[in-house]
Parts: sequence; structure tokens; C-alpha cells
Amino acid sequence: MKQFEALTRKSDRQPVRYLIVDDSVFARKSLAKMVESFGGQLAGEAGDGFTAITEYARTKPDIVLMDITMPQMEGIEAVERIIAEHPDARIVMVSSVGYQDNILAALQKGARHFVQKPVKPDALYEIIRYVLNDDGVTAPVGAGENSR
Amino acid sequence: MRMELIQPFIGSLDAVLAEMMRTPAKIVDLTMEQEGYRRKGLAASVTFKGQIEGRVVLDMEPRAAAQVAAVLSGAEVDPSDSIAREAVCELANMVIGNAVTQLNDRGFHFKVFPPEILSAEQCDAAGQDSEASILCFETPAGSVHLNINMHYHRRRSRERAPVSVG
Repeated sequence: MKQFEALTRKSDRQPVRYLIVDDSVFARKSLAKMVESFGGQLAGEAGDGFTAITEYARTKPDIVLMDITMPQMEGIEAVERIIAEHPDARIVMVSSVGYQDNILAALQKGARHFVQKPVKPDALYEIIRYVLNDDGVTAPVGAGENSR
Repeated sequence: MRMELIQPFIGSLDAVLAEMMRTPAKIVDLTMEQEGYRRKGLAASVTFKGQIEGRVVLDMEPRAAAQVAAVLSGAEVDPSDSIAREAVCELANMVIGNAVTQLNDRGFHFKVFPPEILSAEQCDAAGQDSEASILCFETPAGSVHLNINMHYHRRRSRERAPVSVG
């Protein structure tokens, strides 16, 4: 897999920490590999919305990659509950179901962006970089000290 | 069978296979399902509900499933490995999710449920108000079948108003 210029936190130069939420073990593995190629660190994983809420509180990740269609509790409801408790949470929706109503609902609940499956690593990297830079978590890539 | 409902599934499967198998896929057959669909390889089923309800089965030759699993995981996968079955589930999620996205954006409203591995040899036959078709794609790694079974609610036309989704 292509290696990207590492995204590191501006505050301590440590790797960005990710929480990956998807009911498919396979999708989680695939996303974890991408995160690794972005120079990131896996903070935790969850297979449904309920677990995502507790994992978020436990791991306090820098960013969450959240599926929409999941058993027990779907991604959009999980976004709403996480944002209610952690208003600064950064959540990017990653789903194959990308119709306008769903995207709009996720953004209204506090998600920051949306990526449709199948995920292209370049597209996901750019979106994560945009969200993290926008919040000042990471310095822009190519600024020198962030480079591998 | 209303082709405007089938076309998004064909386009989605074609695009997702090209992306995930890194090889072209060619549609070689389209038939109407007369009896219940009989599973041919490793299969996953996704149901959707809304203005039109139904289920779609993605069925892949184990060799083709292993190739998708290898692309997704970045490692060699044996066709008998359970990861090949999980790859079919994830691929079904992508194909059906993308198709349903297109249909929603054209005004057909659905809710999609998580994919499930299909272990039964044969599915139930389509009901009286249902239409079912089987699409067959050929790839260099083997054939891929998509069984689409849709239920129109002809007798419940009042309930065909848009439903909330997501």
C-alpha cells in the first residue's frame, strides 16, 4: 500500500490516533491498514454504535472513522450521542450508502465529512488531513517537521 | 422488471468489481429467477426496505472472492479461508450501498440493512408481487452472480409514499 506523508499531532508530534467503527471486521482491517499508511495509530475499534460511544470515551481519539449501516445502533445515532458528550469530537462518516438524506443527517448531527465506499486511500487521506488541519490538530503536510 | 431499478445495480457492481478486483468485469447473462435462487459459491445477502422492498444476493466463485480479499487485505488469501467469505460481505455492502444511493438520489427511498453471510443452499422463491432477476458477470478470476429480488407493494399503493431513511 502506498505510504503517505505522516500526519502527526502538532502539540506533541505523536501519531494521530484513530477510532475505527464498522460492523465488518474486514472493513475495519482495511481501514486500519490505510490509517497505518497515513502514519496514524489505532486507538480502538468498534463494531456498532453502542460500542463506539464507550470506546470513544475510553480512548479519546483524535478522529473517528464511522460506518452508517450497523446492527444495534447505526452510525448517525452514534454520532449524535458522541457529539452530545464530546462536542469537539471529529467524526468522518465512511459508508457505501451515500445518498443525500443520509449525508445531510450525519452532518446535522455533527459529523465533519463523508467518504463513500469503496474507499480510495488518497481521498480519505485528504479528508482526514483537511479535518485535522482545520482544527489545528496537525500542521499542514509539507511544513517540514511533520515529514517522515 | 423495471430496468431503471436494475441498472444502478449493474453499474455499481461493474464499478466496484473494477475497483476491488483491479480487472474488468463483463456482464454475460441476465435471466429472470423462476424458482428460488440457488447459491453457487460464497454469498452474502443485503435486505432493504422502503418504497420498494427486497433483498440482493452477491454470489462469487471462491477464487474471485479470494482475489477481492487479497486486494482489500494486501495479502495472499486462500479461497477456502474465512476471510474470503467476509470479503464477499463487504463487497455486497459496497455494491448494494452504491446502487441504493443512486436510487435514493432518483427519488426511490430505502433503508439498507447490514449484510449477512448466506449459508443456505437455496433462497425462497420470489413472491406474487415480487420480481427477481439474476445477473451474471465474468471476471478473470471467475463468475460473479447478483440476484435481485424486489417486492413492489402493488396492493398497498398508499404505503408507497416516501419514508424517512437512515
